[in-house]
Amino acid sequence: MSGELLSYIERDSVIHRLTGSAKLICFLLLSSAAMLTYDTRVLLSIVLISIIIFKISKVKIREIGFILAFILFFLVLNNIAIFLFSPHQGTLIYGTSHPITGSIGRYSLTLEQLFYQINISLKYIAVIPPALLFIVTTQPSEFAASLNRVGVSYRLAYSVSIALRYIPDVQRDFKTIALSQQARGIDMSRKATIPTRIKNASSILLPLILSSLDRIETISNVMELRGFGKHKKRTWYSFQPITKRDIIAIVISLVIFLLMIAFMFINQGRFYNPFL
Amino acid sequence: MTKQPLIEFQNVNFHYNSQAEATLLDINLTIYEGEKVCIVGPSGSGKSTLVHLLNGLAPFAYDGELTGSLKIRGKETRELDIFSISLLVGTVLQDTDGQFIGITVGEDIAFALENNTIALEEMRERVAHAATIVDMASFLHARIHELSGGQKQRVALAGVLVNDIDIVLFDEPLANLDPASGLSAIALMDELQKKEQKTVLIVEHRLEDVLSKSVDRIILMDQGRIIANTTPNDILTGTLLPEHSIREPLYIKALKYAGCLVGETMDVTDINQLDVKSFAPKIQQWLKTIQIEEKDQVQSSPLLQLKDLSFHYQENNPILKNINLAIHQGEMISIVGANGTGKSTFGKLLCGFEKPTAGSIEFNGMDGANDSIKERGQRVGFVLQNPNHMFSKQLIFDEVAFGLQQQNLSAPEIKERVEETLKICGLYPFRNWPISALSYGQKKRLSIASILVLEPSVILLDEPTAGQDYKHTTELMTFLESLQQRGVTIILITHDMHIMMEYTKRAVVLSNGTIIADSSPACILADHQLIDQAHLKQSSLFALANVLDITDPAQFIEKFIQYDRGVRFNER
Repeated sequence: MSGELLSYIERDSVIHRLTGSAKLICFLLLSSAAMLTYDTRVLLSIVLISIIIFKISKVKIREIGFILAFILFFLVLNNIAIFLFSPHQGTLIYGTSHPITGSIGRYSLTLEQLFYQINISLKYIAVIPPALLFIVTTQPSEFAASLNRVGVSYRLAYSVSIALRYIPDVQRDFKTIALSQQARGIDMSRKATIPTRIKNASSILLPLILSSLDRIETISNVMELRGFGKHKKRTWYSFQPITKRDIIAIVISLVIFLLMIAFMFINQGRFYNPFL
Repeated sequence: MTKQPLIEFQNVNFHYNSQAEATLLDINLTIYEGEKVCIVGPSGSGKSTLVHLLNGLAPFAYDGELTGSLKIRGKETRELDIFSISLLVGTVLQDTDGQFIGITVGEDIAFALENNTIALEEMRERVAHAATIVDMASFLHARIHELSGGQKQRVALAGVLVNDIDIVLFDEPLANLDPASGLSAIALMDELQKKEQKTVLIVEHRLEDVLSKSVDRIILMDQGRIIANTTPNDILTGTLLPEHSIREPLYIKALKYAGCLVGETMDVTDINQLDVKSFAPKIQQWLKTIQIEEKDQVQSSPLLQLKDLSFHYQENNPILKNINLAIHQGEMISIVGANGTGKSTFGKLLCGFEKPTAGSIEFNGMDGANDSIKERGQRVGFVLQNPNHMFSKQLIFDEVAFGLQQQNLSAPEIKERVEETLKICGLYPFRNWPISALSYGQKKRLSIASILVLEPSVILLDEPTAGQDYKHTTELMTFLESLQQRGVTIILITHDMHIMMEYTKRAVVLSNGTIIADSSPACILADHQLIDQAHLKQSSLFALANVLDITDPAQFIEKFIQYDRGVRFNER
């Protein structure tokens, strides 16, 4: 069947076997390391580690291709926006200016700006694999359990996990509705003009929203009928005790995080400056 | 031992806040421990509200005003909450897909225990126990969406049985199951009562299927009131069922047609226990009066021809294999078979949603391989099971006009065609109404109208009658028959053996992606092996023919269908 966005992908890998909470902790550590630092060396090593983790997980690129393309699109958009709004951010940070191109008005490309934006892009690239992997290698129920274990309320955790779980169903509905509307002659292809396409897309959205509301009604009735939300706490059938494997994964992530902190002290700040 | 009353309704009225009038009126009903009771009634009879009151969804989730007294195990339900009620009453819903929360079987069964903060070890034991009761113990790690409809229902049942409850409510349990899975579901409910000593309440309008195992009582509801509360035999021999639009079991209908039940007080609930001596001559007499009409076999060249059609998503997993089929103009045919046997894929190929991996589809001798979805849509119109999936406009007129507006036709022409279609579909008086004001049956007709207006030569309907009561089913099918008489070719994908038998003269049986039969419904229903292989259900007429030693059951069924058509036609 066609690929489904952000749904659990079953494989037998070390990553899959880690408990949900260990994965969540590792993901949080790695992503905050990548978020905090602008040190190219640290970022490059996190990117490398991310790619390795991705390899280990046995998840294939094409299985998450669409969402990856989507994120990359935003990465490009973000880069363009940074350059448009603050073309000299790099110079401001690194204190020097090595122009590569001539200037058009206030716009000229400097080595510093290029370096800065490369670092931003590296952050994206470092964070994407752990984030996507956390989602696609964790069973939705374990997903909720792990969020709950790190302190998120179980109601919130459950609503996130149910939303993820329903993505494939909604996608299936979407496909059926879209096809049946196309069969009635509603043109969604490139042949139609953009305003027509937008108008026509709404002819799919309305029934899709209504059908999703039906789903929500059913599922919330079921949950109530089976006692969801009665107590402040709940237990989890999918509870997995923390194993040695989990500890090792967490320790590795922690070490990376601490190294990042260490580099912050070495650089005396979040930036690594090769221009000095 | 006197039976303990478990559920007591005393002068109960219920009025949803969202509705203008009360839904339940003056309900008095007692259900005793260990009983198996079937609640029947047409849509809007209030039977679902009765279920909601019993499981607490009303008035706790759906607000409304409850007067009178409703006690479960001696406790007034209005003093309880939905959670405490859920420890007394378990509900298995109709929706076979939407009611699961867990991904795997074990996890879903455990849901109620998790919410009740049961420790992991005890939880595992109780889940395993509940799974054993429904015979799903070896599936604890299986993913629910990979199970069959019947298995899903077992999981849903286990999910309520983990809470050692006394009462199990089944809300239209047969609506989404193929006929054979439906029968095994009924058998499971029977075991639940006999082996586990549960009190079982079944809300269902497919009475014939429910009665395949004995029930203690039948409660007939209509327009918010209880019409009858009596034994199955009483209700079967009486006239209340047809009067309140409930489909009678076919063998009962046959017995009535033959005049066997006039003034009889015999037990007729079990076909095998019928009074053969007195019934057989009467039936034979009746059969003699029916002459089978000659079918006009002269057929023009086929409108639609499938040649060696195959389809797969993955090379090693074929879904349809070498389908050959010719369909002529003006035919109405049924496509039947078990869940997951390729029926819906077959439909998708016909309307061009999927392309065949081998073979061809020809329309009037022309290959349709290069049709776009839009072009195909003008030849084969597809009516989805859920009409709400098809509506994107507010007003009825606009919805029907929507498809035409895409073709750049002039406004007067659109108006003319839409109005004509609405007249055919009986929706013309409502043309300026919002769609939301229509009943489910009317919406179904509107969804057909929005396809019909495009003038396709074939209309394909996916489970057109699922979840609809006898009255609406009859209305819809009569409407489709009138379209057929206008020359529209109609293909029904259905689980409903009654529909297949009563309305279509030809049925195609799919099993594991191939056509295993293409014949008259009477012949199919008389073929025991075929029925097993295709997960169909034997008609009670066939069983009746056996009991009465009728030599040619296929002919018997054929004659019944013809006679019944005549009766229906005269009623119209």
